[in-house]
Amino acid sequence: MRKEKATLDGAVEKVGAERAIRMYTTMVEIREFEDKIRFLFLEGNMPGTVHQYIGQEACAAGVCAALQADDVIASTHRPHGHAIARGLSMESIAAELYGRKTGCCKGKGGSMHIGDLPRGMLPAIATVGDNIPIIAGMALAFKLSDQKRVALSFFGDGATNEGAFHEGLNCAAVFNLPAVFVCENNLYGASTPVSMVMKVKDVAERAASYGMRSSIADGMDVFDVFEKASQAIDGARAGEGPTLLELKTFRYSGHSRRDPNNYMPKEEKEAWKQRDAIASCEKVLIGSGAASGEKIEEIRQAVTRKVEAAMKFAQDSPFPDPEAVEEGLYVNMGVPR
Amino acid sequence: MRASIVEALRQGISEAMEKDPRVFCIGEDVDIPGGFGGAFTVTLGLAARFPGRMVNTPISEAAIFGMACGAAAMGMRPIADVQYGDFLMNAASQVVNQIAKLRYMSGGNLKLPLVMRAPVGVTGRGAQHSQNLESFFLSCPGIKIVAPSTAYDALGLLRTATKEDDPVLIFEHKLLYGSKGARAEKGTVDASSEIPEAYYDIPMGKGIIRRSGKDVTLIGSLLMSHFNSLAASDLEKEGIDCEVIDLRSIWPLDDELIMGSVKKTGRVVIVEESPKQGGIGAEIGARIAEAIPDYLLAPLTRVAAPNTPAPFSPVLEKLYVPQPQRIAETVRDLMARY
Repeated sequence: MRKEKATLDGAVEKVGAERAIRMYTTMVEIREFEDKIRFLFLEGNMPGTVHQYIGQEACAAGVCAALQADDVIASTHRPHGHAIARGLSMESIAAELYGRKTGCCKGKGGSMHIGDLPRGMLPAIATVGDNIPIIAGMALAFKLSDQKRVALSFFGDGATNEGAFHEGLNCAAVFNLPAVFVCENNLYGASTPVSMVMKVKDVAERAASYGMRSSIADGMDVFDVFEKASQAIDGARAGEGPTLLELKTFRYSGHSRRDPNNYMPKEEKEAWKQRDAIASCEKVLIGSGAASGEKIEEIRQAVTRKVEAAMKFAQDSPFPDPEAVEEGLYVNMGVPR
Repeated sequence: MRASIVEALRQGISEAMEKDPRVFCIGEDVDIPGGFGGAFTVTLGLAARFPGRMVNTPISEAAIFGMACGAAAMGMRPIADVQYGDFLMNAASQVVNQIAKLRYMSGGNLKLPLVMRAPVGVTGRGAQHSQNLESFFLSCPGIKIVAPSTAYDALGLLRTATKEDDPVLIFEHKLLYGSKGARAEKGTVDASSEIPEAYYDIPMGKGIIRRSGKDVTLIGSLLMSHFNSLAASDLEKEGIDCEVIDLRSIWPLDDELIMGSVKKTGRVVIVEESPKQGGIGAEIGARIAEAIPDYLLAPLTRVAAPNTPAPFSPVLEKLYVPQPQRIAETVRDLMARY
């Protein structure tokens, strides 16, 4: 495990107090949102299934803080954190989880397809690895139309064993596309440890086979994530081509729904929780003087209110009208009978 | 001007690229000087005319269709192709899970204006370069599917497809292309047409009656439409008057045209080059039976390939693909009994 970075010395100065506080707030939003969702889900209050992001907050928060407004991201079956970090409205995310008409996909997508393209996030792609070639295609569009935009894919360690990963990264490298491929290596694909399904130590090593740059960041350190993500994103924008960025992280929750993650050794879980991204960021903010204890408390309370309001909005929202089942498939025709 | 399907498609692609800077081609062997111009020469010569807009990919079908999907979501209008329709299966998750579903699962918040081109047909290459995949993709809501059997239709449908805001899959037949030189096919059927100077296009969802008749309706597309016409000519000599419908559009299906014809004839034979199992004939037959059962004078009848993969041996292949004689025999038998 990576040792604590010298984050206290200069981390906040590097990114600026405002951005540091924003990234912290994003992480708290994700954590509180997911905690609330877990509660509501276990209560039987929420339909479908959920794949939670608890533990990985620094990844989404640090990467998305390095993006520009007109960049675009794609996510996976575990997209809540990315959607919050990308700035989708929390109301529209919550309403989507509840299958309501006011959801970001009008209740047609659900937890695994959260997204809002005009706000820079493709509806999440829940078949593992499939967003990777799509992101390459978005980057190709930017390149062909001469736009200084970046397309960024989030995926897990599991996706790197899919053919789509290989095809997408190879094409992105061959065409020198403005794309960034962010692998959140949380050490488990569902219940299978990554060490059982991958012979190399780091996912990042795989970049070499495409002639692609790679880097590794501590996925429990939002400042490190931001720095490495900025390098990759800025490089892509400058025409230097794609990067495979591996974030070493851990999910505290099970893979989905009621999975109690008994397959994770207790010591492993505890060790990662000792390095909790939110707790360490809080220490840095207070230690550096960027935020006082009162300010932190204020942020937390504001987030709690925001999450409560989002859930209330969702619960009070109407379900889609019956006609909606046949809406939004084709652009210029209804559904043929 | 008389043109082959290959020439008509090339013209349609050129026009679209000239008119709209968002249109680009993506596929294997599409941008190699001295190369193939795609597997069947459709894109031959376009590289010189549209530098930088013919994206020559690695052999990576999932990437071709995934990238086309991503580029379309960002407002480009890609024309993606595979060398053989069978290879769509290498990209199946991109086509079926992403391209067909993304707009719907976004709540209608995005558009995917992309064209996919795939050569089909049982043509002396064995089981993995032969499939007619129309019925497979017919089961995927979200994609429009067309199948031009003449050069006139190829240009008209391509013009429409490149203007569509939805994903359109074009199935093209290897024996109808009229490819020349090293990429010429054996056993081709002339599908060339006079191409009018004046602009025209062909709307989605519209079939065409190739030949009017009153006794029996023969329904097919691509090569089978040509074979249906040949069978109809033979049967005419025996006093059997066939109406031949070329589907042109596999989805949406032209129910109006189909039902109108079957109401008139009361007899229908659906002919397909792929296995009967789960085929297009099953879909069309069921629709007729649902909509106009009282008009049927004879059982719904299908002529199709056996429920096996395509065999290689030329002798077996000829048995596999419904031939005009077999179609005619089926019609003769139907007329004798009903």
